Order: sequence, then C-alpha cells, then structure tokens
Amino acid sequence: MSMSNVGRPTRPDGTRSADAGFASLTGGRGLLQDEPLLFELGGWDKTGVDLPDPERDAADLGELVRTAPIGLAGLSEPETLRHYVRLSQKNHAIDLALYPLGSCTMKHNPRLNEKAARMAGFADLHPLQPVSTAQGALELIDRLAHWLKTLTGMPAVAMTPKAGAHGELCGLLCIKAAHEAAGQGHRRTVLVPTSAHGTNPATAAFVGYSVTEIAQTADGRVDLADLEAKLGDHVAAIMVTNPNTCGLFERDVIEIARISHAHGAYFYCDGANFNAIVGRVRPGDLGVDAMHINLHKTFSTPHGGGGPGAGPVVLSEALAPFAPAPWIVHTRTGFDLVEDATAEAAQAFGRMCAFQGQMGMFVRAYAYMRSHGADGLRQVAEDAVLNANYVKARLAGQMTPAFPEGPCMHEALFDDTWLQDSGVTTLDFAKAMIDEGFHPMTMYFPLVVHGAMLIEPTETESKRELDRFCDALLALAAAAKAGDVDRFKGAPHLAPLGRLDETQAARKPKLTWRPEPDAGAADAA
Amino acid sequence: MRYLPLTPDDRAQMLGVIGAPNIDALFKDVPEAARLTKLVDLPRYAGELEVERDLAHFAAKNRPAGEGPFFCGAGAYRHHVPASVDHIIQRSEFLTSYTPYQPEIAQGTLQVLFEFQTQVAALTGLEVANASMYDGSTACAEAVMMAQRVTRREKAILSGGLHPHYAAVTQTIAHAEGMEIVRQTAALDAESSVIGAIDADTACVVVQTPNVFGVVTDVSAIAEAAHRAGALLIVVTTEAVSFGLLKSPGEMGADIAVAEGQSIGNALNYGGPYVGLFACREKLVRQMPGRLCGETVDAEGRRGYVLTLSTREQHIRREKATSNICTNSGLCALAFTIHLSLLGEVGLRRLAALNHSRARELAAALAEVPGVEVLTKRFFNEIAIRLPGRADAIVEDLVTDKIIAGVPFSRLDPAAGMDDVLLLAATETTTTQDIAALAAALKGTLGE
Repeated sequence: MSMSNVGRPTRPDGTRSADAGFASLTGGRGLLQDEPLLFELGGWDKTGVDLPDPERDAADLGELVRTAPIGLAGLSEPETLRHYVRLSQKNHAIDLALYPLGSCTMKHNPRLNEKAARMAGFADLHPLQPVSTAQGALELIDRLAHWLKTLTGMPAVAMTPKAGAHGELCGLLCIKAAHEAAGQGHRRTVLVPTSAHGTNPATAAFVGYSVTEIAQTADGRVDLADLEAKLGDHVAAIMVTNPNTCGLFERDVIEIARISHAHGAYFYCDGANFNAIVGRVRPGDLGVDAMHINLHKTFSTPHGGGGPGAGPVVLSEALAPFAPAPWIVHTRTGFDLVEDATAEAAQAFGRMCAFQGQMGMFVRAYAYMRSHGADGLRQVAEDAVLNANYVKARLAGQMTPAFPEGPCMHEALFDDTWLQDSGVTTLDFAKAMIDEGFHPMTMYFPLVVHGAMLIEPTETESKRELDRFCDALLALAAAAKAGDVDRFKGAPHLAPLGRLDETQAARKPKLTWRPEPDAGAADAA
Repeated sequence: MRYLPLTPDDRAQMLGVIGAPNIDALFKDVPEAARLTKLVDLPRYAGELEVERDLAHFAAKNRPAGEGPFFCGAGAYRHHVPASVDHIIQRSEFLTSYTPYQPEIAQGTLQVLFEFQTQVAALTGLEVANASMYDGSTACAEAVMMAQRVTRREKAILSGGLHPHYAAVTQTIAHAEGMEIVRQTAALDAESSVIGAIDADTACVVVQTPNVFGVVTDVSAIAEAAHRAGALLIVVTTEAVSFGLLKSPGEMGADIAVAEGQSIGNALNYGGPYVGLFACREKLVRQMPGRLCGETVDAEGRRGYVLTLSTREQHIRREKATSNICTNSGLCALAFTIHLSLLGEVGLRRLAALNHSRARELAAALAEVPGVEVLTKRFFNEIAIRLPGRADAIVEDLVTDKIIAGVPFSRLDPAAGMDDVLLLAATETTTTQDIAALAAALKGTLGE
C-alpha cells in the first residue's frame, strides 16, 4: 500500500543546518522547551489528587491549626506529567550513553531489580510491624548478608548504613568502640593517603579523630616507608581505598595490613572500587578489618540523581561485636531482630538510622547478585578491568596516562600533560565531551595528579560503545592539539544550557523560589 | 549473562589491542596469596524468570500493610501514592543519572531539587532547606551537630517525646563528635519538662511535634526559653503530612526543622530508602550539612541551577567539612516533590484533614473498648493507648485475626516501663471497616 503524497513534499528542501544561527519565534529549541518552575505555573488553587471530604473537623486542635497559607503550588495530573517529563529531558543518563565517571561506577541498572523492589511484600512493609509478619524480609536481608560476607571473605556485616560515607562512619565507630573496649582510647589519629576520597578525612574528623596524610610513591601506591614512619601508639586506623583512586591495585596491601596491625591500628578499606575485584579477590584475605560496600556502585542499585545509596560494612572478628543495632538473629523457627543496642550484654556502639537500613536497595542488590551468580560476578570484575584497560590503550597515543606502566584496574587515569600549551584545560576538554554526546569523566580527582581525568567505563559497555567513546575523545584530543580552542572554551555548545555561573550562585545564594515583589503585592499591602 | 555485552570474540580482540596475553595478566598486581583461583561458594548465574520467582518467594512470606486492617506509625506511615509518581521516577533520565555535578546536562535533577527545597521551606515555615538527607533520624543528628557549630556549645537536650530511635541515632553520632547528650525520660507530656533543663551550656533543644505518642504541642514557649539562653530550637516531625494541618515549626520559633519525608511520595519499604527534610533560618545557611541547589545564570544569561555553597562539603573541605555526607536521597526527594505537586496547597490541606478525621474516628472507637484507655488527647493522626496487659502480646494475638494493631512502645524503648502502651496511626488508607474490625478484635482478645 502506498500513501498519497499529493501536494506534500517528501524530501527536505533548503540546505540550512540546524545550528546556523537559527532561532525559534517563541524562544524554545524545538522539542526542548524552557520549563518554568512549578511555582510559576500558577496552580495555587489546583490539585491533581481527588480525596473525599473529612467526616470530622479539627476543632479539637484549636490554636494548633495552621491558618496562614503554606505556599504550595499544585497541578493536575496531565500538567504534572508534562512538567516533570520535560524536566527529565534536560538530564543525561546511563540509559543514553556511556557515563565514564571514575570512582562512581555508573553501570547499567537492571529493571528486574526495580520490579522486585516494588513487590507489595517488600514495598508495602512497615519497619515496625511484628517480625512474625516480616520473616521473608529478614530472610532476604540475611541472605544478602551471606552473599556479601562470602564475596568479601569477612565474618560479619553491619547492614544499616544508608550510603558509602555513612558506612565509613559506621566502620570508624566500630574501630573507636573496639579501641575503647581494649583500653586503647588514646589512639585518635587516622592515616589517610593523599589520593583518598574526601569522605575519608571528613569521616575521621567527624568522629573526633585527627587526620595525617600518607605519601604516595611515584607509581601511585601507598608509600610503605612513610606509612611505617607514621604508625605508632597514637594511630587508631588507616583508611586505604583498594583498588585505589588512581585505579591501581595496592600491590603491598597485605604488608600494609600486617604493619598496621603490628602497630595496633585497624585497617579500614574504602570499598568504593570493589567492582574491580568482586569474585577475584576477597578483602578478608588482604587483612582488612572493615570495608563499606556501595550497593549503588558494585551492585547496580540506581544512583537516582544523587541517591539513595546503601553502604553495608563488612567487619572482621575483632570488630564484629561492636556493630550497631539492629541486627538479625536466627531463631528455632525463623528470624528475629535485635533492636536494642544495650540488649543481651551486647557491645554494639549504638544505632546508625531509625530502622533496618535501605531495604529497597537490598532487594535490588540481591536481585543483581542472584542474576549474576558466582561466575557472573567474577566476569563483572574481569570485564570492568578489561574495558578500562582497553580505553587506556586506545587513548594512550593522544592523551597521557598518569601511570603508563602496567595495567590499571577498573578505571584509567590520565593527567593533563598532553594539553600543555594547547590553551585547553581539563575542564574545557570535559565540557566539550558533552557536545559529542558523553558525560564528562571525573575531573581534578584524585588530587595527586595534575588536571586529573578519571575514566571508569564499567563492564556494562559494549565494545561498540567503547569505540564510539574513544573515537570521540581522540577526535577532541586532535582538535585541542590543532588549536581549535573555541570549540573547548565555549563548550558545551549543544547542551540545554551553557556553562553556569557558580560564583554568582554562591555569592548571594538563592535557594528557594519566592514570589517577585510586584505591583499587585504592593497594592494589596 | 544478559547484563554483560562483551562477546568472547570482543574480549580476545580487546586483549590484543591492550597487548595482554590473557585476562589474568591485567590482575598481576594482586598478590598471589590473595588471588581466588576458583569461584566463591555461591549459586551460578540465573535467568530473569528464576530470579523473579526467588524474590517473589521471599515477598510471599511477608504480610503487606495493604492486606488488611493496619495501624502502624511511629516514624513511618502508610499513605496512598498516586500512580504517576512512581511512573515519573522510573524515567531513565531521573533513575539512571548521577549527582548533578555537570549542571549543563543535569538541569532536570537540579530544577527538581530547587522545587523540593522551596516546598520543604514552605512546609516547615523556614527560609531555606537543603536537597535532602538520608532520613529523618540522621537529619536529626546532623541538626544537633549543626547547633554545636553555630553556638560553639556542647550540650544537646533531647525531649522525652522524641522518637527513641532518633534519640539513639543522635546520641551515637553526636556523642562520637564529642557532644554531651541529655536524653529526658519518655512521657506523653515530655515537652513540659524541657524548659527546666535549659542552661547556659545548652547548644540546642530537640522537641518533636506531633511527638512519638502522637501528642501535638505548641512549642513557642520552648523556643522563647531556648533563645533567651542563647540556644537553638530544633523541631522534629516524623509525619510530614501533618504540615498540612498544624502550625509550622517556623511559626513556633524553630531555628532548625527536620522531618521524615517518607509519608509524601514514598512507600514504606520496610524502613528505607526514605528522605530526610532539613530546613533552617537563612542566617544559619553556611553551617548547614548536605547538598544545596541554588539559582544562577549560564554563559548566555539564561536561568539555571547548580549545586552551591559546596565549600561546606567533604569533597572540597575534606576534614574541615560541615558533614561527611556525600550521597543524599535524590530519587526519594523527587517522589516527594512530584506527590506534593499533585497535592498542592489544597490537596495537602485536605489530605491532612482527612488523616486527622480518621484518627479521631479511631480514637473514638477505641475509647469504647472496655479496658482500653486513650492517652493522647490532642493528636494529628496518631495516638497512644494503654492496654490492660503487655502491648506486644496483644499485637501478636491480633495478627491471627489478620489485624496489625500498631507498634508496642516497648519495641522502641524497652527500658521506659511502658510495656502496656500501644501506638496506633490512622491515615487516608484506613477505612471505617478497618477501625471496626480492630475494635471488635480488641474487645474479643481483652474479654477472654
């Protein structure tokens, strides 16, 4: 069957390219329109929810009732959908392209996990309903704990921390409690490598510890001699990320653990990069005492534009007794929950959050682990490392790897030596990646490398997507070296917005919408 | 494996480009003693159907709240969430994006955060709010530590009406930071003994309204007393829907308001993920923890949003940061904002009035049950009752009648000596039939 095309052109005529200074009549850019704030859409008397009338009034509350307007805007359901769908289109996402944020592990988020977390038996479960009516939930948490312990070779796990930094806090509080119980409360220093995540020193300071930095060797690892010199009777713990933030495995990690223990310090491992070694290396075999696991990194729970995360902490025998409440115990007939930190002569240091932790994330992480199994998870680590080394090998001709010798783990780190004298900075280069359809890599971190560019492709990228990514970066690198500086200084050119003025935002912070003081308001006053 | 796109042929080609003989060569930095040579002792990979069955099996062993009469509250509340909320938060662009560190391609998330902050400020009656915290309890602990930074004093007074878990979290975290935490005894009218405890060393007073027993209090007098002593007033709310009916913390003189936002937009999820709300007076903003989103302009002068005042945060300030927080509760905050956009001023007020109405109905019905004493007189949607015996045993009894009657107070605070107190909440999801079934079952159990 053929369509009638009477009078309707079926080929483009004209030769205008989309970006040749064309402007729409109404200010938008085709299907990508400016979207006002919710409060500017004017729904002060509108609602998108139909509710029955209350049968009883609030006269009993007297002067406790709020009389002044709250200041909320409302929308009907179609307007709500349109508002938020339009906003969503201004975001980049993993589902659109490779998202190479080093240290963040932006991998695919399986949709089975979303479906499972929404089963009524998990989502519609109250944290304080009788444990006899939530046996499946406790069993699932217990099963997830078993997987985490088995994969890390550690005997215990505290499940409740709500994110990586919350897990770090939990781990350090276990360490503090263990030292105090052993009469070692005078140990109040934490040693942290200069390449560490910012959360490490922040967490140490948070629990009242002082932070001393450990030097790094020329090949990007902890300087053992410097570590040994700084260890002593005042050191409570060392915090080392492994694989580290330069994307390298700490070759001397067993020795790091040994000398730290010999000096009476505990070994806290930042597990943000566990994705590189899952199924191939167990932190328990390295001498680690505590390590948080970001379920939103290694185990694929979605990042959601900045959370929620989940950060269970695996613990050694020495630290396990100090884990916070609540915890799950096996009973003759099933499972029970110990919610009182002072119960049963426990040594628990306290409580990290109101309830049992991030159950919604536990379901997703368990679905992910169960899908991969022992064999699939080992393949995850291998493919993550293979992909990073492939990117490093393909880009090494144009860009300068910070540590060219030997393989990297799951992320490839470059410095900005190759941009010298080009007039283009790491930031410019990263913003130009947006014009080529990719999210920038992690920039200026770790701090130990000048103009750092940290690329973590993850295992869920195909070779085709990796090649598309490398081709784009190589083309940009060639342009930078050829002196096409405008391409970079003005970047991004093709994003919903250009570069934003962060100085103005911080100088006079505008953090909420407020009605403009207009003529109408003046009249009313 | 369905989530891994590389084929064996891809892997061979890529190793060739790298110049490595095999995958083991890429792991050569791992000490030999730590290399796993065989698979860990866990099941092998499984198809989607098999995994879904496995998970459904766990889920089937739980009794969802919606399966019958259900009255649990105490910090988490069952509300109806419109279908469109869950639909929007599952859009790839929201679900699978990272923290908006590249604002040019994250305006969707950023504008939502700006709307969220505006909504939270309006609800709490304060000038500024952050982009969310992990949950209400951790927000409470962070507020106490913020008060220490503002006042440079070390003592925090926690009212006996504060949710015991919130008090425990605050005690754990703020104590680790070196603060002195004074936790008052649990009591229905706990707020009346707060003022007497304030002294010149007090950094802050923490009161909850409605409190853990459901009691609604005007805390204006506590605010005045705290301010006279140079201390801050922190007001905690665990039921965010109550903002639609009750005087706001800001109106009553709070300097910082924290709340659990789960009630709006988020499911019960057996305790998490939830979303902590955090608001304060404008003059305190630079001591706030957590992420903040602010308005600015782009290179062409167009309005846009960025994360701002990040010099407070760990990735810039490291050990000098106001908090170690990195992740917030972005997707739960999005759900909160969408649900609240659907409700609007009109809808939230009606929802709150409806909750209050259902709770009045519940209280009236329970007052008729011989042996039951309704303890909470002025409440929003939650009440405490006294039973003629251990509340936990009676709750367990009613489970066999398919009724989940509420939260025994002893579960939250076993040392309080209030084993006969039961906390019950009613929301718009509670029906007249549910209430009648509970009253009848209680009559039956207590009459035996």
